[in-house]
Amino acid sequence: MIRAALLALGLLALPAAASETIVAGLSQSRVSITANFDGSEILIYGAVKRDAPFPDGPPLQVIVTVEGPSTPLIIRRKERSFGIWLNRSAVTIDRAPSFYVVATSAPLARSLTETENQRHGVTLDYLIRAVGITAEAEGAGEFVEALRRIRLNNEQWRVEESRVLFTEQTLFRSDVVLPANLIEGDYRVRVFLTRGGRVVDHLERNIGVRKAGLERFLFVTAHDQPFLYGLASLLLAAVAGWAANAGFKLLRR
Amino acid sequence: MQIYLPIAEVSVNAFMLLGIGGIVGFLSGMFGVGGGFLITPLLLFIGIPPGIAVATGANQVVASSISGVLAQLKRKAVDFPMGFVLLAGGILGSWAGVRVFAWMTALGQVDLFVQLSYVLFLGLIGAMMFVESARAMIRARRPGPAVVRRAHVHTWVHRLPLKMKFRSSGLYISVLPPFAVGALVGVLAGIMGVGGGFILVPAMIYILGMPTKVVIGTSLFQIIFVTGFTTVVHAVNSHTVDMMLALLLILGGVVGAQMGAQIGLRLKGEQLRILLALLVLAVAIKIAFDLLLRPDELFSITPMVLP
Repeated sequence: MIRAALLALGLLALPAAASETIVAGLSQSRVSITANFDGSEILIYGAVKRDAPFPDGPPLQVIVTVEGPSTPLIIRRKERSFGIWLNRSAVTIDRAPSFYVVATSAPLARSLTETENQRHGVTLDYLIRAVGITAEAEGAGEFVEALRRIRLNNEQWRVEESRVLFTEQTLFRSDVVLPANLIEGDYRVRVFLTRGGRVVDHLERNIGVRKAGLERFLFVTAHDQPFLYGLASLLLAAVAGWAANAGFKLLRR
Repeated sequence: MQIYLPIAEVSVNAFMLLGIGGIVGFLSGMFGVGGGFLITPLLLFIGIPPGIAVATGANQVVASSISGVLAQLKRKAVDFPMGFVLLAGGILGSWAGVRVFAWMTALGQVDLFVQLSYVLFLGLIGAMMFVESARAMIRARRPGPAVVRRAHVHTWVHRLPLKMKFRSSGLYISVLPPFAVGALVGVLAGIMGVGGGFILVPAMIYILGMPTKVVIGTSLFQIIFVTGFTTVVHAVNSHTVDMMLALLLILGGVVGAQMGAQIGLRLKGEQLRILLALLVLAVAIKIAFDLLLRPDELFSITPMVLP
């Protein structure tokens, strides 16, 4: 009797949305940066799993985000003084992702309510953390606006609305292009399933972006053995300088 | 062909890097300047972060200078005693220059300070060389009695103590002026992050009275050590030497330096000087315009390294 009551309570407590869950996979979970690395394309795919019949209501939507490692940033603004343009004021942003893509199956405004966006931190507004910048410079808002403009322009940040293929409210796929100028780190992939702007289910995966081969070796040596690395650079310069001279001597003969 | 640079963490076209190295190396071999004042702005232009551009540029200058010195050595156009005196002054000076640089960094105006130094020194030296070499060219063309050429003019410089013979330069002067010139160049090199060839070359010609042909090899000889020192200091202190980037710049640079040296041999002293003057002036004017004109983008983003 008590057990049955608990079970009933448990069922009631479960949100109705839990009847639809998301399963997803990535075409690759590692990206190796080698000398000829020229960007990479990642396929994020999956399906909606249902244990109940198709519920009524507005259609399901899928939102996919890929987020590169975050770093603090300094944004400087040039101002004119004594006829010369120079960096006068600066603002420090605590964290902003080095790379960010939001891809959706329908326009963002229809896929996600503002409250849900804020709760899950989906769009860039909630990923740029800039605490106390108003005290640092006049018109601090302009600095954040400039950061957004510059990063969107050089495609470090992208908003790709209606670019996720979502078939029969069940199967979805999204191709995300990673540019050649990647920095190392763990890239977080998130997939959100929404209905009527509310998040029904979401999951998270990681892609490890690492330098490999010669790139890895040079990077590690430069940091672990800086003096030897410096001497090796000089040796490289000396050998190349000598070899070119010797080579040209032979050519002139 | 794109190539990913491990330290700079950007992907750039390998042929573009070979080309930049080649152009700078060519000028280096021809004029005896290291080319640091050219390579840093060029690397910045293609999107290499500033710290890495300065440090790796220095590494490239080492290679093209070695290649250039070897080419000059065959013609016995390197004055080693003079080179060592300049170098002794240069090490003292660059130590002082790095101190001044650190002080300006603490004040927060180092960018402006470096840019103003560029405009001031490049502009002044470029203009002086241009006027002098233009006069020399006009004099050479004008028909009439040949001007009596003296090896050099005696000035106060020649009355200082500690005299020394510099055979290759045909000079018998005190070691103090070359030491002072070396020190001054060292200070500027430390502040501006360049080898200082564009200051050293005219200083050797006009202040010390050395013949143009010996100046190039001797200047390159001194630059090897100054930039070599800079490279190691940057590698140890800030890990900003990108060997992959350096390799491509060097490959272009050493070939360019050899070709530049061959062309330089066919030109007259005053022709070489006027070309160098124009180059130096062009860079000075470009930097001055950057300071004076309203930039397209007022904002710049600098990522900070996580502790």
